[in-house]
Amino acid sequence: MDVLTPTTLDEALRMKAERPDAVPIQGGTDVMVELNFDRARPAVLLNLNELAELRGWSRENGSIRLGAGLTYTEAMEAPLAEKLPALAEASRTVGGPQIRNRGTVGGNLGTASPAGDALPPLLIGDAVVELASIRGERTVPLNEFLTGPKRNALADDELILGARVRAAHGAQTFMKVGPRNAMVISVVSLALTVDRERDEVRAAFGSAGPVARLVSARLADLDGFPERVAAAASPIDDVRGSAAYRSHALSVLTARAVERCLQ
Amino acid sequence: MNAPARTLELGRVGESVKRVDAIPKVTGEFAYSSDLFAAGMLWGHTVRSPHAHALIEEVDISEAVGMAGVHAVLTHTDVPGAKAYGLEFADQPVLAIERVRYFGEPVAIVAAEHPEQARRAAERIRVAYEPLEPVVDPERATEQEPIHDGRPTAGHGFRDDPRPNVVRSIVIRHGDPDAQGEVTVSGVYELGIQDQAFLGPESGLAVPDGEGGVDVYVATQWLHVDRDQVAPCLGLDPEQVRIHLSGVGGAFGGREDLSMQIHASMLALHTNRPVKMVYNREESFVGHIHRHPAKIWMEHRAKRDGKLVNVRARILLDGGAYASSSAAVTANASAFACGPYAVENALVECACVYTNNPPCGAMRGFGAVQSCFAHEAQMDKLGAELGMDPVELRLRNALAPGDSLPTGQKITGSFPAAEVIRRAAALPIPEPEELPRDALRLPGGSGNTTRGEGVRRGVGFAVGFKNVCYSEGFDDSTAARVRLAASDDGIAAVVHCAAAEVGQGVVNVILQTARTELDLDEVVLGSATTSSVGSAGSASASRMTWMAAGAVQLACRAAKDELERRGGDLEHGETIDVERVYHHRPTTPLDRETGQVTGDGAHVAYICAAMRVVAEVDVELGLTRVVWIGTAQDVGKAVNPQAVYGQIEGGIAQGLGLALMEEIQTQDGLITNASFTDYLIPTTLDMPPVEAQLVEEPEPDAPYGVKGVGEPPTVVSTAAVASALRDATGRQLTRVPVRPDEIVGLP
Repeated sequence: MDVLTPTTLDEALRMKAERPDAVPIQGGTDVMVELNFDRARPAVLLNLNELAELRGWSRENGSIRLGAGLTYTEAMEAPLAEKLPALAEASRTVGGPQIRNRGTVGGNLGTASPAGDALPPLLIGDAVVELASIRGERTVPLNEFLTGPKRNALADDELILGARVRAAHGAQTFMKVGPRNAMVISVVSLALTVDRERDEVRAAFGSAGPVARLVSARLADLDGFPERVAAAASPIDDVRGSAAYRSHALSVLTARAVERCLQ
Repeated sequence: MNAPARTLELGRVGESVKRVDAIPKVTGEFAYSSDLFAAGMLWGHTVRSPHAHALIEEVDISEAVGMAGVHAVLTHTDVPGAKAYGLEFADQPVLAIERVRYFGEPVAIVAAEHPEQARRAAERIRVAYEPLEPVVDPERATEQEPIHDGRPTAGHGFRDDPRPNVVRSIVIRHGDPDAQGEVTVSGVYELGIQDQAFLGPESGLAVPDGEGGVDVYVATQWLHVDRDQVAPCLGLDPEQVRIHLSGVGGAFGGREDLSMQIHASMLALHTNRPVKMVYNREESFVGHIHRHPAKIWMEHRAKRDGKLVNVRARILLDGGAYASSSAAVTANASAFACGPYAVENALVECACVYTNNPPCGAMRGFGAVQSCFAHEAQMDKLGAELGMDPVELRLRNALAPGDSLPTGQKITGSFPAAEVIRRAAALPIPEPEELPRDALRLPGGSGNTTRGEGVRRGVGFAVGFKNVCYSEGFDDSTAARVRLAASDDGIAAVVHCAAAEVGQGVVNVILQTARTELDLDEVVLGSATTSSVGSAGSASASRMTWMAAGAVQLACRAAKDELERRGGDLEHGETIDVERVYHHRPTTPLDRETGQVTGDGAHVAYICAAMRVVAEVDVELGLTRVVWIGTAQDVGKAVNPQAVYGQIEGGIAQGLGLALMEEIQTQDGLITNASFTDYLIPTTLDMPPVEAQLVEEPEPDAPYGVKGVGEPPTVVSTAAVASALRDATGRQLTRVPVRPDEIVGLP
């Protein structure tokens, strides 16, 4: 196995164009598990850890730009945590401190697992994913970027630069159900925001369908919203929980989140 | 909170002494069996069955043999001696012959220069299987085709049960099994498969001695019984196989059976090179036996005043594909089915069956965990039916010295069941914490799922017991050797004992005993090995403290006597070297038809514990936070109190895990969650503070009055946590681990 370590984004994009089979690795919290369990033996790893372009976050025209290399630990820190509270709360549920120091938002986008904890908070923030290749840059709305379980719209020669997301306009929260009280992969998760400026409640769930998905409603139209969110899901039975429980929990979480955010 | 603030470096019996392995383990310097290295060593790898049940049509190793770095590819035809082994019955092939009976069963082994070469060679071994219908439902197993030819466990003095696939069945008839009470409660209870989930995977190193024999460095629980199983399969005399204890990363019963010992030895002898084997995490889940899943029906008949009249129980244990220690687990589940209560009439029917599910055997609590979960649920149900306080009901029925168990065994030693119940019940329960609180202090924890909505508090109580030491006529003796020599400061002692330090702290027990008996600080413990001392028996059955202390005490006293005979002093270069063997009092088998004791009695002694649990349950989401656990435990005498508290807390965590989350899931016999991603064990946010009280009523015929401490916390905590959840939710919760679905009332 080769490991390529570019030091600039241009170099990284050239390498990815030359070796489209290269698997990008940042924190390694997904990729290394696959390697260790012998589920994947990529011919090439593309180590993105030296790319300054992917680090940190910034403000851009009223929205927030998150670098693909933003770690969960960074997402939990003020002032970013105040601008994107649901993402901060979601980040707190990811693994333990060591995993949160390594795992990144870009990794969640790349893996595109329905259980990716950062995805529901990004969905309620209207996130747009920034992609680049030697052919140029493009943006894809997150709900279009997520095309299936562990599938996304990334082309073979592209890398994820980051995501642009709307800062919170009103209360937000994130909740995750797991079989124990820390360090779990979600059985079902929910991010929700009450955006009074847009007169909208936006909810996004994870682990309850092939992709994390957004459901929204007008503020005046919240009767039956928890049931509508649950009905939008298409959960399955697996080792972590039953479909029936996921639907049930999603409606409980939504009702609680609405109440929490309206207070 | 419980442990005394001050620990000593060189304490004696009854003092809290710092673990000798504490610092190296915390700093990462401790060498576990997976850290072993020998110059020129090869790496072994195991080819395992992807099927739960299949015929092997062909094993083609031709491609693998010629691969780079590969030194050996072996199958069952290469096993030099006996083709099968087992703890109690040799029913398990060293490498599968013609048929595989469980998912992950070893079929072939490879040795190569590099572990990756071994793994790749293993991939090129072509095994042609013809899948068979797996026997996976234990309730139907006795009507299906036998998965073993003949009946491996027949003819060992057990009750004759000719049904197919029965490992052992026991019927205990006590008093009048038809006796009626004034109130009757019954229920059906189930437990899933729990895993020991030790962190150190199966691993070890086999080194050929150049004279046909082999030295095996391995993490195990009983060195000599490993040797006695390994040697016949290698076609060697026991003396040619020396087993040396390597660093053990947890055991909990899961290292009683062999894993890689014979395989690594075969590869080492075949290649004449040292061979190391380390299972990965997924492999570890199929590399050892698990706790028996159980289905239990119980009916309790009582008088209106709460006095039990009659207990009827039917217990079905799924033993999986091979017998392991299932026969002894069956005996325990039966003998302790009625709990630590005086019952004049009982009918207990218990069977363990072979299936193509994962093999089950020893795990902390050993049959008593399953029964305790059922009998304590029944006691809560009876209390509710009678409108009686659950503590009062238990006190009214508590077994005491002089009473008899349903097996007819009279309790002659210490048995402070009433005292542990009173002491646990007297522990003050913490007040509910005010809201709002940090999510970490609410059910759901870091998941941030509630700020108090749906949260109800419940209090549970449970009592349980089991035996110490092996039973039914088994003489699990322990040897210790003491060598005294002159030193600059007088006399120095070296102690040898093959007791396995599995994390429980027996090394300290041995040293504290020797210091006490010899009245010396300068005591060194030799490494545990079959080549320097006799058998210690197993680090199992809560027996190792009792037995090691007994053996070391005997050997020290003999050495001291000899020293006195020589005038109390040794010349430089002069030594005293004595070995003594300690036996617990003899036991005898249960009558095969009635389940009643014969002769001296089936068990050596008993240990009991009572526990009170406060839990908060989010009844809308089915999530739980155990808030507090208070317990009183019968320990006989605490040799090292700090270690005793540690055992109690660790044991509780393991039982709490079974109550709330720990389960090996299977589909048609295949394990579907073989990883720590999906087999969850409690984190620090799941485990509450424990308030533990030690009840020290010395056991009359044990050294210093010690008993054992490892198992009662696990036996009781599963039942006690489930009891608290029932109190919080008002639901029956008859199965553990309790699923959120059941708490919220989904079908």
